[in-house]
Amino acid sequence: MNPFNYHSPDSLAAAQSAKGGDVKYLAGGQSLVATMKLRLSAPTDLVDLAGIAELRGIKADGNALVIGAMTTHAEVAASAEVGKRLPALAALAGGIGDRQVRNRGTIGGSVANNDPAADYPAAVLGLGATVVTSKRRIAADAYFIGLYETVLEPREIITAVSFPVPAKAAYEKFRNPASRFALVGVFVAQTAGGPRVAVTGAGGAGVFRVAEMEAALAKKWAPESVRGIAVDSSDLNSDIHASAEYRAHLVAVLAARAVAAAG
Amino acid sequence: MGISVSMTVNGQAVTAQVDPRTLLVAFLRETLGLTGTHVGCDTAACGACTVLLDGKAVKSCNLLAVQARGAKVTTIEGLAPADGLHPMQAAFKRHHGLQCGFCTPGMVLSAVELASRGTVPSEAQIREALDGNLCRCTGYQNIVKAVQDGLAGMGGAK
Repeated sequence: MNPFNYHSPDSLAAAQSAKGGDVKYLAGGQSLVATMKLRLSAPTDLVDLAGIAELRGIKADGNALVIGAMTTHAEVAASAEVGKRLPALAALAGGIGDRQVRNRGTIGGSVANNDPAADYPAAVLGLGATVVTSKRRIAADAYFIGLYETVLEPREIITAVSFPVPAKAAYEKFRNPASRFALVGVFVAQTAGGPRVAVTGAGGAGVFRVAEMEAALAKKWAPESVRGIAVDSSDLNSDIHASAEYRAHLVAVLAARAVAAAG
Repeated sequence: MGISVSMTVNGQAVTAQVDPRTLLVAFLRETLGLTGTHVGCDTAACGACTVLLDGKAVKSCNLLAVQARGAKVTTIEGLAPADGLHPMQAAFKRHHGLQCGFCTPGMVLSAVELASRGTVPSEAQIREALDGNLCRCTGYQNIVKAVQDGLAGMGGAK
């Protein structure tokens, strides 16, 4: 790991104005520390968000669940509030990585990192959530740009993610048993604005929606509506774990399972 | 260019000046000399480096020592009473829940955390819960038996 200066501010304002050149914000560190060890990331200044109390916690806000950025996956999975109002999200959080990773990894870190095989981006896009930052509120459809890339600007810090509670939702994931990341994961939801289908793990540019499946589900919410819909494999990833064609097949299979699971 | 780090390790307050890039596992092993915590993969996959941080199982190779400032850390050295073994260690011994033993400190600490959940996990739940701890020797049969027995042994202790 390359050397860096460590900062541990106790307020959002202090975190934003932390001194330093190439500043990176540290949440749970389950991706960032690993990439720093590999020197894929080498910030001059590391700003630890762990001491900022306002970034933690889960609260209801009308018809939305607002989850603080520093809330861990284990906390979301175990939350009675999330389990009752948005069980698909609790289940998704409980399936991220492994138990030790869930004890440290955070929703804000995951959504900021935007790993193309991470689980949370599928929920954020699939539920039409709002990413709340130190500067603004960003709709999910405008937030994700590409691999590890989002519209977040330097020194812009995610403070929370606001999930509108859907009529029903489910997430189905085909897990890579070694990395525990999604080989393919599909989040489906019946939202106030209609059905949404978001796919992680497969897209060459990260998480994406499947308009054709959403239109079919709008006509009839049933597994058979999506089972036969093929996504174009030319836009999907091929690697040692799975070919693009296999991933395309999984998208339809998992979408159908998710619709069935959502009921 | 050091930074002062204070935490409680196995019930003892410790303070040291460390380079901010020091990993928690390096702090435990090299600064404190607690070599019971093992480095297996060094990529946060295998779980050999698992310790308890404020009671929660974490991978100490994927955490900076500065992230544990003010926390209570428990390593394998801190589990046993002076005159014997912790119930989970005794169960691993009784069921021979190991072969080479390299993964065992992480396995034991990960298993101990399960006891804090308050419910008795099924065999399937134990296997799922040990997802973050890899053993390349045993095939897990005796590890799962040991964890079941160890959790039962910890029942009264909470």
